[in-house]
Amino acid sequence: MKKAFAVGLKEFRQIRRDRRTLMILLFIPIFFLLLYGYALNFDIKHVRLAVEDRDYTLESRRLISAFVNSTYFDQVASVTTDREVSDLMDRDQIRAALVIPHGFGRDLQRSRPTSVEVVINGDNSSTAATVMAYAQSIIASESATYELKTRMRMPGGGVVVLLEPRVWYNPELKSTLFLVPGLLAYIAMITAVVSTALSVVREKERGTVEQVRMAPIGTLPFIVGKSLPYFVISYIAAIGVILASMFLFGLPIRGSVPLLLFSLGLFLAGALGMGLFISAIAESQQVAFQIAMLSSFLPTIMLSGFIYPIASMPIALQLVTTIVPARYFLVALRGVLLKGSGIEIIYPQLIALAVFAVLVMTMAARRLRKDWA
Amino acid sequence: MRRLWYVMWKELLELRQDPRLFGIIFIAPVIQLTMLGYAATTDVKNVPIVVVDQDGTPASRQLVSRFDASPYFTVVATLPSIRDVDPWLERGKAWMALAIPADYHTGIDAGRPVTVQVIADGTDSNSAGVAMGYAANLVGAFNQDLARERLVAAGRDVPPAAIEARIRVWFNPQLESRLFMIPGIVALLLLVITTNLSSMAVVREKELGTLEQLNVTPVTRWQLIVGKLLPYGAIGIIDVILVTTVAVTWFRIPLLGSPLLLFATSCIYLLTTLGLGLFISTISNTQQQATMTATFFVMTPMMYLSGFIFPIENMPAVIQPFTYLIPLRYFIIIVRGIFLKGVGWHVLWPQVMALLAWGIVIVALAVARSRKTLN
Repeated sequence: MKKAFAVGLKEFRQIRRDRRTLMILLFIPIFFLLLYGYALNFDIKHVRLAVEDRDYTLESRRLISAFVNSTYFDQVASVTTDREVSDLMDRDQIRAALVIPHGFGRDLQRSRPTSVEVVINGDNSSTAATVMAYAQSIIASESATYELKTRMRMPGGGVVVLLEPRVWYNPELKSTLFLVPGLLAYIAMITAVVSTALSVVREKERGTVEQVRMAPIGTLPFIVGKSLPYFVISYIAAIGVILASMFLFGLPIRGSVPLLLFSLGLFLAGALGMGLFISAIAESQQVAFQIAMLSSFLPTIMLSGFIYPIASMPIALQLVTTIVPARYFLVALRGVLLKGSGIEIIYPQLIALAVFAVLVMTMAARRLRKDWA
Repeated sequence: MRRLWYVMWKELLELRQDPRLFGIIFIAPVIQLTMLGYAATTDVKNVPIVVVDQDGTPASRQLVSRFDASPYFTVVATLPSIRDVDPWLERGKAWMALAIPADYHTGIDAGRPVTVQVIADGTDSNSAGVAMGYAANLVGAFNQDLARERLVAAGRDVPPAAIEARIRVWFNPQLESRLFMIPGIVALLLLVITTNLSSMAVVREKELGTLEQLNVTPVTRWQLIVGKLLPYGAIGIIDVILVTTVAVTWFRIPLLGSPLLLFATSCIYLLTTLGLGLFISTISNTQQQATMTATFFVMTPMMYLSGFIFPIENMPAVIQPFTYLIPLRYFIIIVRGIFLKGVGWHVLWPQVMALLAWGIVIVALAVARSRKTLN
C-alpha cells in the first residue's frame, strides 16, 4: 500500500508539471455542465409550422389559433400550394404543415365529419413522434367540442372515461433531470479514461518504464498507485459537477449523499482501471488514444441508457451493454438522485460496478506482469 | 513534389510500427456502426405497466385488456392496492401504472364520467411523455367505441361532427430512429478515427525529438502539414467507403441523393476533421495534452452541439450561435439531406461552402502554427 502511495506521488508530481492537463481535468467538467446542461434537452416547443388554409372560414381560423395558442407551434409561413410546403420542408424552414381543405367549415356547421391534414418532417423520429402527439391532441380536443355538441342531444352519448395522468419523480417531465445525470456520467467516464489511457504507455514509449520495472514493486500496487492521483482529481471534479447541477438545474438529491459518493467512487475506480488496462495493452500512445475513444466515447453515450432506453434495444445489444460500466452507474445515480432509492434497491448496480473495477485493475496488472517478465 | 512524397511515405511507415493500429482504424468503425446503429432507438414499445383494478368487473377488465392488447403496453403485474405501485416504479420494473377506481362500472352503467388514473415514472421524460400520449389516445379510442356501442343499442347511430387528423410523415414515414441516426453515427466515427490520428501527428515528433531532425531538412511547413494530411486522408476515405457500405447494405438506409456528392462532401469533411487534429497537434507539447484537447474541445462539442442527437432548435438562443462554429453541424445536414431527402447541390450549397471554408481556414492555421514550432 505504501508503495502504491509512492507511485501515486510520483504520478501526481508529473501531472502538476503539465498545467494545461491539470486545469482541463479540474475545470472542464464544470464548464461542460454549464454549456451542455443548457444545450441538451428534448423539450420540444415552438415547432415551425406552415399553414395552408384553403377554407378560410371561422372554423379554420379557430383551428389555426388552437395550434398557435398551444405554444408548441409557431406559425412561420402561410402558403397556398403543396409545392411551397415541400420546398420549405426541403430547406428545413419548417418542421410541420397544417393543410385545411376547402369545405372544412361547411362540414362542421352541418354536423358532418371532416378532416385536416398534418404534414410532419420525420427525419428526426423522436421529435416527429412528439410533434405528432401534439398535433393529434390539439385536433382531438377541437374535435371533441364539435362532437360533444351533437352527442349531448342523445341519451347515453355523454359517457366518458377520463384519464388522470400523474407523473412521479419528475412531474414536469423536464428532460434536464433525465439528461444531467447522464452528462455527469459521461464527463466522469471520459475524463477518467482519457487521463489514464496514456499514463503507462507513455512510460513505455519514453523508456522510463524500465526504471519502474527494476524497482521492487508489484504490478498491482503500480496500477493502483498510477490511478490514485487521477482518482482524487476526478472525484473533486465530479463533486463540483454535482453541486453545480443542484444549483443551476435544480437537480434534487432525494436519496442518501454517502450512497451517492460511494457509487461515484466505484464508478471512477472502474473507469480509471479501464484507462490503465488500455494503457497496458497498447504499444503506442496513438493506439491507446484510439482504443480509449472508441471504447468510451460513443458507447458511454449510446449504450448506457443515457439517451436511449436499454429496454428498447435488441436482446443481443442489451448483452453488449452489460460491459458498459456507465450503464450501472446511471441506474444507481438516477435512482439515488431522482427516486430516493436506497442501497436495498441499487445494490445489484453497485456490485456490478465493483466487479468491473476489480476486473479491469487485475487485468491491467496481469498484462503488465507478462510484459515485464 | 518529391519531398512531399517522402513525408507521406515516412508517415505511413511510422503508422505501420504498431500493426494493431490498422486493425483498429478499419475494423473498429464497422463493428461500432453495426452495434450503435441498433442502439439508437427512441421508439417506445411494450411499455411495462402494472394494473391496480379496484373494480374487478368485466367492464374494468375490458379497459385493462385494451391496454394489454396494444403493441405499446405490456401488463406485467396486477396489484391489490395503489400503495404497491411504488416499488415497481422505483426498481424500474414497470414504467407506468393504471389505477381503476372501485366505482368504475357503476359510473359507466349510469352514463356518468369516471376517472381512471395513470401514474408514470417521469425519470426518462422523453419515453414517459410518449407513453402518456399513447395512453391518452388509447383511452380516447376506447371512449368512442363505448359511446358508439350505447348509441347503436339505443338505435341512434349517427356519425357526429368530428375532425379527423390525417397525419403524413415525410422522409421517414415509419418514424424509424435508425434512418435518422445512422448517417450521424457515420459522421461521428469518421471524426473519432481521423482527428485521433492527426492530433498525434506533429506532437509525437516533438515528444520523440524527431521534429528537430525534420527542422534541418529542406521540407517546408506546407509540405510537412500536407504530407501528413494526405495519408490520413487516404485512411479516412477508405473508412468513408467502409461505413457507408455498411449503412446502405446492412441497415438498408436509402441513399436517395447522389453518391458522388456524398463522396465529395465527405472528403471536405475529412479536411476539417484532419485539419482540426493537425492544428491541435501543433499547439500541444505532449501527446497527453493533444488527446485532452481533442477529446474535450473537439469531439465532445461536436457530439452535443452538432444536432446529431439533440436538435439545435431546442437549445437556448444564447447557445445556438455557437453551433455555427461546429463543422459537424453542416456535415450532419448534408448527410441527412443526401441520404433521407435526396436533396442536391441547389439546396445544400450553403452547408458545403461553410464546411469548405472551415477546412481551408483550419489547415492554414495549422500551417501557420507549425512555422512557429519549427523555428
